[in-house]
Amino acid sequence: MTTLRNERALLWLLLLPVVGFLAVFFLVPLSQVLYFSVMDPGFTLKHYTAFITDGFYWKVLFGTFQTAAFVTVLALLMAYPLAYMVVRLGGAFATTILLIVTMSFWTSFLVRTFAWMVILGNNGPLRAAMEMLGIVPAPQLLFTRFSSTLAMVHLLIPFMVLALYSVMKKIDPNLTRAARSLGASPFDAFRRIFLPLSAPGIVNGCTLVFIMCLGFYVTPVLLGSPREQMIAGLIGQQIEEFLEFGEASATSVILLAVTLTVFALYNRFVGLDKLWG
Amino acid sequence: MTVFDRHMNALSQTHSQGVVMTQAYLEIRDLVKSYDGKQQAVRGISLDIRKGEFVSFLGPSGSGKTTTLMMVAGFEMPTSGSILLGGREIAPVPAHKRNIGMVFQNYALFPHMTALENVGFPLRMRKTPAAEIARRAAEALDMVGLAAFGGRHPREMSGGQQQRVALARALVFGPDVLLLDEPLGALDKNLREQMQVEIKRIHRELGITTIYVTHDQSEAMTMSDRIAVFSQGVVEQFAPPLDIYQRPTTRFVGSFIGDSNFLDVTRQNDGLVAQGIGALNIAAPSQAGKFHGLVRPEAIGLWTGGDEQGHCVLSFLIEGLVHYGDSVLLIGSAAGLNLRARLPSVQASHLHEGDTIRIAWRENDMHLIPVQ
Repeated sequence: MTTLRNERALLWLLLLPVVGFLAVFFLVPLSQVLYFSVMDPGFTLKHYTAFITDGFYWKVLFGTFQTAAFVTVLALLMAYPLAYMVVRLGGAFATTILLIVTMSFWTSFLVRTFAWMVILGNNGPLRAAMEMLGIVPAPQLLFTRFSSTLAMVHLLIPFMVLALYSVMKKIDPNLTRAARSLGASPFDAFRRIFLPLSAPGIVNGCTLVFIMCLGFYVTPVLLGSPREQMIAGLIGQQIEEFLEFGEASATSVILLAVTLTVFALYNRFVGLDKLWG
Repeated sequence: MTVFDRHMNALSQTHSQGVVMTQAYLEIRDLVKSYDGKQQAVRGISLDIRKGEFVSFLGPSGSGKTTTLMMVAGFEMPTSGSILLGGREIAPVPAHKRNIGMVFQNYALFPHMTALENVGFPLRMRKTPAAEIARRAAEALDMVGLAAFGGRHPREMSGGQQQRVALARALVFGPDVLLLDEPLGALDKNLREQMQVEIKRIHRELGITTIYVTHDQSEAMTMSDRIAVFSQGVVEQFAPPLDIYQRPTTRFVGSFIGDSNFLDVTRQNDGLVAQGIGALNIAAPSQAGKFHGLVRPEAIGLWTGGDEQGHCVLSFLIEGLVHYGDSVLLIGSAAGLNLRARLPSVQASHLHEGDTIRIAWRENDMHLIPVQ
């Protein structure tokens, strides 16, 4: 009994470093953000009322949602067939594809964003190719909504693939066979059996990518159109250019609230414990 | 018309034509399957299965029985050879157009559908009107004794119940052939015996042509009209259970089914000589030179004396005893041969390890298998 109790105490002790670390470097700064958002210098709600009453902020928030939704749908459309092939074909093909997908995690978002800057740049290979094909003048690619969306899809696809794969690989391949033997065409077997059973993976992947998109900073700032900011970029601008710490904090709190709402909805309808398969 | 009626009608039509009963309904011709172009998983199998027959594919894992079944079901494409159903070539027909019902080892019920929806699925795929689907699916569930479970999801049912649903689902659309791929492998022993009886009852009632894949010899023995014994991609023997047991045509069949003793038998002049025993007074088959002489352990008994004419009588040293309750397996040696004898327990109560006893079998109980 006592040894068992000691073991449990030891396990809690193991948690101490990470709890301490998060308390100092996450909870304290977060409380500070909350504090700044309602002080100027005395208590005030003016940063929030400014956000709520100014149509500009709403436009940025709405645009962020729109971009996040668009990126999520594109990532899903591209990742689903890939994950499906990996699960259906298996073997060396699956291992190779999964390795390539995970490999992209080894390169930082920043590096890959710069790579897109080179590819899409005004003197970059893509525009040169377009001009060679007779599209003169080639359209502006960099610093547009197109470039930031494209790069975000590229950066977030691995998350979508892994979320889909972790659910799909648990679907018994005999179920599709059973459906076929019972008279379902390959398409019907997919639509009636595989697709509904992979739905948790779709919900997981979409939630994950959508939430990551909402707070995406580097890529939209470096690649996107300055006129169509996303909310994280706006927060950066409020601090770096206008030194409006109060406003920036209020915007951050609103972004946090929005993100937590998405999580809460997910938890309500799916359950957070299922997010990682 | 119920599922049952439909099948009975189909069956009685077949009966009235008489001849059809003895004709092949499902013909497998020179079937070959190779996955890599070099090694063959199935190496030229030919089987004629009659309408309404219950056939078991029996063999160790990797013997090609499941691969053959998958080709009949349409999940694997034969490398060469043909499969005819009612005289029609089905090898190029996709699985969903074959009208073949299949039950999988792990049930393969759709987890997001209720039992009733699972059973209704094949009818839905056939564009049956909703009201008829509901009625026929309920009927099929009733047939397997699960009328009250229609609203349950697979996860809310026991293994045995799930397998019954799978069976109802494979039968509800009136398939031409029913395939069962080790359907009872995941169930415990009691439930397995119960399901064996159930499957046989349904087979009797519906008269549906059935192929049953198993590696369990007793299951194949008790359920089948005929057994196809698979080994290394070929069918070693295709015959009724008793023939398989009493008159195996290859050494593999003799050793795979039941317990066995093999003696080397050679033809010398006009008679046969068994290794360690001597001349045998049985008629020599016309085939050539050498034979495996198969003696089942239960054919061996204690020798109590008398006329030895027509018997092989040996002195046997008991090296081990295995008690089964109703019988005792004696393991030992006689005339330089390792032999196993199975005696009823009541006859063996006085026997111990190290005893030397007199054993005997009737020469006619030795079955000769030509050495290939």
